[in-house]
Amino acid sequence: MIYMTFTRGMVSALALVAGVGMAQAKTDIIVGMQLEPPHLDPTGGAAGAIDEVLYANVFEGLTRFGPDGSVNPGLAESWEISEDGTVYTFTLHDGVMFHDGTTMDGEDVKFSLDRARAEDSVNAQKALFAGITDVEVVDPLTVKVTLDAPNGAFLFNLAWGDAVIVAPESIDDIKTNPIGTGAFKFDNWVQGDRIEIGRNPDYWGEPAKLERATFKFISDPTAAFAAVMAEDVHAFLGFPAPENLPQFEADPRFQVLVGSTEGETILSTNNKQAPFDDVRVRKALAHAIDRQAIIDGAMFGYGTPIGTHFAPHHPDYVDLTANTAYDPELAKSLLAEAGFADGFTTTLKLPPPSYARRGGEIIAAQLRAVGIQTEISNLEWAQWLEQVFTGKDFGLTIVSHTEPMDIGIYANPDYYFQYDDADFQNLMEDLTAESDPEARSALLRQAQEKIAEDHVNGYLFQLAALRVANAKIVGLWENMPTQANDLTAVYWED
Amino acid sequence: MSAGVMMLRGALGNRSLVIGLVLSLVFVGAALVSFAWVPQDVGAMDIPNRMQPPSGAHLLGTDHFGRDILSMIMVGARTSIAVAVVAVVIGMGLGVPLGLAAAARRGSLIDEVIMRGNDLVFAFPSLLIAIMITAVFGPSAVNAIIAIGIFNIPVFARLTRGAALSLWTRDYVLAARVAGKGAVRISAEHILPNVTNLLIVQGTIQFSLGILAEAALSYVGLGAQPPIPSWGRMLADSQTMISLAPHMAIFPGMAILLTVLGLNLMGDGLRDLFDPRIRRARQ
Repeated sequence: MIYMTFTRGMVSALALVAGVGMAQAKTDIIVGMQLEPPHLDPTGGAAGAIDEVLYANVFEGLTRFGPDGSVNPGLAESWEISEDGTVYTFTLHDGVMFHDGTTMDGEDVKFSLDRARAEDSVNAQKALFAGITDVEVVDPLTVKVTLDAPNGAFLFNLAWGDAVIVAPESIDDIKTNPIGTGAFKFDNWVQGDRIEIGRNPDYWGEPAKLERATFKFISDPTAAFAAVMAEDVHAFLGFPAPENLPQFEADPRFQVLVGSTEGETILSTNNKQAPFDDVRVRKALAHAIDRQAIIDGAMFGYGTPIGTHFAPHHPDYVDLTANTAYDPELAKSLLAEAGFADGFTTTLKLPPPSYARRGGEIIAAQLRAVGIQTEISNLEWAQWLEQVFTGKDFGLTIVSHTEPMDIGIYANPDYYFQYDDADFQNLMEDLTAESDPEARSALLRQAQEKIAEDHVNGYLFQLAALRVANAKIVGLWENMPTQANDLTAVYWED
Repeated sequence: MSAGVMMLRGALGNRSLVIGLVLSLVFVGAALVSFAWVPQDVGAMDIPNRMQPPSGAHLLGTDHFGRDILSMIMVGARTSIAVAVVAVVIGMGLGVPLGLAAAARRGSLIDEVIMRGNDLVFAFPSLLIAIMITAVFGPSAVNAIIAIGIFNIPVFARLTRGAALSLWTRDYVLAARVAGKGAVRISAEHILPNVTNLLIVQGTIQFSLGILAEAALSYVGLGAQPPIPSWGRMLADSQTMISLAPHMAIFPGMAILLTVLGLNLMGDGLRDLFDPRIRRARQ
């Protein structure tokens, strides 16, 4: 085994030398990212950075997201759904191996799904698996999953990074040594600096075009700019300083990809805290905000205004921005009606990204104009999670919800903005039970309108996916339908 | 010629003192004027007009939110000066009595406790501890003042003790003791007036260090919080925009540089003026 690894290393080293010598297209890539994953288990952590490194590259699920957000077959070659919509029979790909050489079969699927839905599971998205009542291995390549009720989004749920297939043999070390089935193998993690992955020569599907890929973590926007300019990184995914993009656009060495993400950026409002428990006050907030000024001022024009918690590129999106047009006079009269003619003071807690820090300053100025004073405090992510997300100790905060199709969070009264509305909760239950696409669309539209009418949060804009890459790199996803940086189809042009 | 006139003549002949005084007064003046009048409201954002270079409408240009940089520097001077002044007052208010007490009871347990306590505070890099204090107790201008103020205490305590020790051996102090004055009265009536010169010089220097420390803390986001303008945060905000709008970094940077330079020159000048030995050496 050691010998095998050694020769394989030699071969790739030789290939590398040969590649340089003959001035062929490059086969390695260094990709910059702002945030480093806290650990490497996509099934056991909420941090988006974990998926952004590992999803589709190292780990795969039964289904997988395509670059356009569509749900495609992954490890499951095909599936059959029973008449009543509660039993899914998946046929797995034959000959799929984990990177440690063990085979991937029905037992691994059962293990992964059972582990994710277990009582003591640390999965960040347990709700995805909530409807599963039983997972049965029919034969090594056939798995039968039984649900308690029809779930129209089940295949979509299985495509999430939190639903990837892991092996019982390697689960103990997954946080530092992730073993998946993907086209890349995890190689090395230098904490605080980079993660390296290399091509999996035994991959079951279309092999990766790149030999090696390195994710380099650069948190400081100025350093990120310098690293791209100096070509220390070949691409930067999620570029933190939108103001620098025009410079890259003007430079023929680079290409700038501006796509959409699933990130609804919202002025989250504590619905249980006075005075935000009054819908008139929340409506006043919505009308006091000038979305375009925030997009221009904080994101230098990158971003699409939204009027509800839904991604504008989604076919079921309803544009409700006109209902909460910028109208400070209306906001003032609404505040007066609610008994706050002289305004009030609240807290505005801001996590580190520039959409929040800069957006927060702009919103503070806009709210001041209608009489609402805000005490701004800038928090680090850990503090934000503790005080705002877990502690619910906030009046207002700004954050981008980057999970796909996450309108369901409004049905959870314990979610940090604490919207508790029976009608909406029923709507979500109906949606889960509905599998007819037409009816689902109608329900989704209704849900969007409901939260917009209740002004649960201030809806600001859809976060843009900002990427800078060397002009010769082909195959990067343009949009970010999920938290992923799929490098399996990326290559260098000659 | 009276002593006062001689001193004034000496002061005007001292070039660094004059330059330092002028620079410092410009910024103190700007801060004072900002209470009554600023060219533009610093809270008013005008995003379509962001990052404008200096022009007639905005003498120093606008920042990334379209705010007037001149106005922000004027109001920011207020923050810087307020933080530095209060920090010096804390340092003097606690440090000088401690130094006097240590000198009055030289070699006693009190002296040991005070001076070793000073050593302890001195042993830590001041800015790092200031960052720690503001990180633990939350970033705000008040916490920045406290953090910077604490590190001024040992500076003044040591200086006062050192100067006071030599004064305690003077004949007039002996005379005062013979006349029955206690240590507290002697410290207040004879020692303190004679160390005032040194304290003024050191106060000026600590004042400039305070401005620098406040800028550093707000640069890393631990000083005055938005929307209160602060020079350090203006610099931090402009960091990624240096190549697009260099004026956004240059003007707050110049404000910090010139104020600190002015205060240091003033401190040097005052030392020359107050210390007769140096003055004699110059002549």
